[in-house]
Amino acid sequence: MISKLNHFTLIESDTLIETITNAKEELGFTLLLDITAIDNLNKSHTTSSRFELIYILRHCEFKDTVTYKVSVLDEKIGVPTLSSLFSSAEWAEREIYDQYGIHFQDHKMLKRLLNHNEFVGHPLRKDYEITKGQYCTTSQDLMDEMRPLLNERNLDMSRDDLMVVNLGPSHPASHGTIRTLAALDGEKIVAAACEIGYLHRGFEKSCENHNYNQIIPYTDRLNYCSAIMNNIAFAKTVEEMLDITLPDRGIFIRVIVAELSRVIDHLVCLAAGLLDMGGQTNYWYLYNPRDNAYDFLSKLTGARLTNSYMRIGGMTHDLYDGWETDLADVLTKIDYGISESLKMITHNRIYNDRIQNVSPVSAAQAIDYGFTGPNLRASGVAHDLRFSNPYYYYDTFDFNMVIGSVGDTYDRMMVRFDEMNESLKIIRQAVKRIPDGDINVSDKRIIMPGKGCVYGGIEGMMNQFKLVVDGVKVPEGEHYGSFEAANGELGFYIVSDGSGTPYKVKVRPPSFYHMAAYPKIIEKYQVADAIMTLGSLNIIAGEMDR
Amino acid sequence: MDVSNTHMLDDAVVTTKIDAVINWGREASLWPFVFGTACCAIEFMSTAASRYDISRFGAEVLRFSPRHADLLVVAGTISYKQAPILKQIYDQMPEPKWVIAVGACASTGGFYDNYTTLQGIDEIIPVDVYVAGCPPRPEAIIDAILDIQRQLKREPSFEVRNTEFKGKLDDI
Repeated sequence: MISKLNHFTLIESDTLIETITNAKEELGFTLLLDITAIDNLNKSHTTSSRFELIYILRHCEFKDTVTYKVSVLDEKIGVPTLSSLFSSAEWAEREIYDQYGIHFQDHKMLKRLLNHNEFVGHPLRKDYEITKGQYCTTSQDLMDEMRPLLNERNLDMSRDDLMVVNLGPSHPASHGTIRTLAALDGEKIVAAACEIGYLHRGFEKSCENHNYNQIIPYTDRLNYCSAIMNNIAFAKTVEEMLDITLPDRGIFIRVIVAELSRVIDHLVCLAAGLLDMGGQTNYWYLYNPRDNAYDFLSKLTGARLTNSYMRIGGMTHDLYDGWETDLADVLTKIDYGISESLKMITHNRIYNDRIQNVSPVSAAQAIDYGFTGPNLRASGVAHDLRFSNPYYYYDTFDFNMVIGSVGDTYDRMMVRFDEMNESLKIIRQAVKRIPDGDINVSDKRIIMPGKGCVYGGIEGMMNQFKLVVDGVKVPEGEHYGSFEAANGELGFYIVSDGSGTPYKVKVRPPSFYHMAAYPKIIEKYQVADAIMTLGSLNIIAGEMDR
Repeated sequence: MDVSNTHMLDDAVVTTKIDAVINWGREASLWPFVFGTACCAIEFMSTAASRYDISRFGAEVLRFSPRHADLLVVAGTISYKQAPILKQIYDQMPEPKWVIAVGACASTGGFYDNYTTLQGIDEIIPVDVYVAGCPPRPEAIIDAILDIQRQLKREPSFEVRNTEFKGKLDDI
C-alpha cells in the first residue's frame, strides 16, 4: 500500500516561478490552496536549509492536489512572489513574512499581517519563545496601504474630494475583529484596505507545544460556529497519517454531527446577515432552532459551543439513549425556521433589490482569490470535496450540490439556505443507516483504555499514562488533509517528527482567503453593501486569524 | 414599597436617599456595549436572543457606540493587537461604567498562554465581574449582569469609580 505521507515535489527556488506557472497553465492546477513554511531548526536530522516553503495547489477538476517544496537558501533574499500568478498568494506570503521572516521578492505590500506593527521578531520560528508576548500601544493608520491603491486608480484625496472612513475593528457588523479602511467618493467605495489579525491567538504555535489530542480543543475555537467540523477535519488528517479508518458507526456519527454543524454554521451566518440589513424577525426564526441544536449537542457532548467531541481514532463516547427523537425534533424545528424565514425574504423586494448584483465574483475570479465552499459554489463553480473526493461514504448519500450563477451577495446567501436543506437530507439518511458496533478504532496506541481497565490493572493504567503523557505517536512525515467544512476547504498541513507532538501544524483556513478578496470586491459599491457582502462571505475571525 | 399600586400612594410623601433612587433607576437600565471578538460573542448572541432574553433584566438596549453605554461586556479573546482598541473604547465610555469579563480568555487569557494573547483584560482596564467558562453559558452571562446590579446598588451614585486603577497601557 502506498503511504499517504510525503507527497511533495522538491523544486529549486530559481525554478519556482517556472514550475508553478507550468503547473497552473499546462497541468491545470489553477487553485492555490495555501502557502506555508517549515522551520527546520529543531529537526533531528540535518536539512539543506533552515527554511522550506510549501505550496499546495488544487487541480481545476478539484480531485487532486499537488505540493511543491522549496528550500529557502537565504531567508533575507527569499524567493520570488507568486502574487502575479495567484491573487491568493498576496496575503499568504505576507503571513509567512510575518510569522517566519522570509522575504518575497517583488511583493507589492510585504508587511506584517497577523501580528501588530510594533511586534519584534517572527513568532513561528522555533527559537521564538511561545509565551513571549509584546504589548502594542498604537494602531496603524493603514494609509501606507491606501495611498498606493489611490495612485493605481489615479485618484487624489483632496482633488477628487474623497473621504476616508474607518470601519472596525470594533463595529457590530465587523464581528469585532475586522478592520476596513474605505476611501469614499460620495457614498461609493473607490478603494479599500483591510487589516486582520485582531483575533490572532497563536493556534499554530500552540499546536507545536501540545500533543495531538490536546490540540482538539484548540481546533474547536477555529470556526467556533461549527466547532465539531474542525475537530473532525483535524482528527481525519491525523488518522490519514496513521493510516487508520474508523468503524462504520464512528463514521456515521461523524457525518451526522458534521452536517448538523454545517447547518448551525449557516444558520448563524444568515441570522446575523439578515439582522445586519434590518431583518430582525429572521434572526429570531433562524437563531432559535440553533439553540435547540445546542441543547442536543450539549446533551451529547456536554458543551453547547466548543464541544471537543472528537479524538484521534474516534470520539469520546457513543450517542446517548433516545438521541433519535431529540435529533428528529431539532431537525423539524430547523426546517420550520428555514421555511418561515424564506417566506419573509423570497419575494421581498427590499431583500432582493438590496443584495442582488452586489459584489459579484465571477468563477475565474473566485478561483484566483482562492475561494472554496459555499462562496465558490455561489460563483457557479461545482466544487465540493464531498463530491470530488468523497470521504465518509458521502458518495452513497442522496444529496445535491447547490450552485449559484452570479456569485453576488444574494447567491452567497441563498446557496447557504439551500445547503442547509441538503445537509438535513444527509442527516435523515444517516440516521436511518447508522449501524451498531464500535465507534473507535481498536488500537491501544491510539485510543484510551476503558476506565475499568485503568483502575483494575497495571497494564491499562500504564496504557492510559503513556497516552496522556506522550500522546498518540504519528509516523514521521508530512501530509495535507482536507475537509469540506461549512465555510469551504478546511485543510491541515501537518509535519510529524514521529513523536506525540506535531512538529508543525498549518491550517488552511477558508475565511482567510475570502477575507483577502473582500477589499477588492466591495469596490464600486456602497458602505451599506459592503456590510452585507461581509456577512454573506461569513468571515469567522477565529479561523481567519487563528 | 409597591409603587405599581399608585392609588395607595395618594398624596403621600416618600423620603429616601438620593443614591437609592438613582441606583434603583440604573439597576434595570444598563446599556451594554458588547465588545465581542470570538466564541463568547456567539454565546452573547444566544443571551440576547429570545430564549434567554436579557431584556428581562433591563439590559437589552445594546449600544454600539461606547458613548451611549455604561456596561462594557468583553466577550472573547483580547490579543495584544486588540488591547489598545479595547482601552480606547473603555476610555470613551462616560462614568459611571462597569465591566464584565466574559469567559476564560477575557478573564485570564485562557488556554492561549502564548505570544498573542493578553493574559486577562484587567491588565489594561478595571474589571467588576469575571465570568468563568469557555465559553460561559448564557445563564452565566445573565448572572454576571445580576451581579453588576447588586454591586451598583451598594455604590455612591455620583462618584467616579476606579480612580486608583493603573493599567499597563496607561501613560503611554
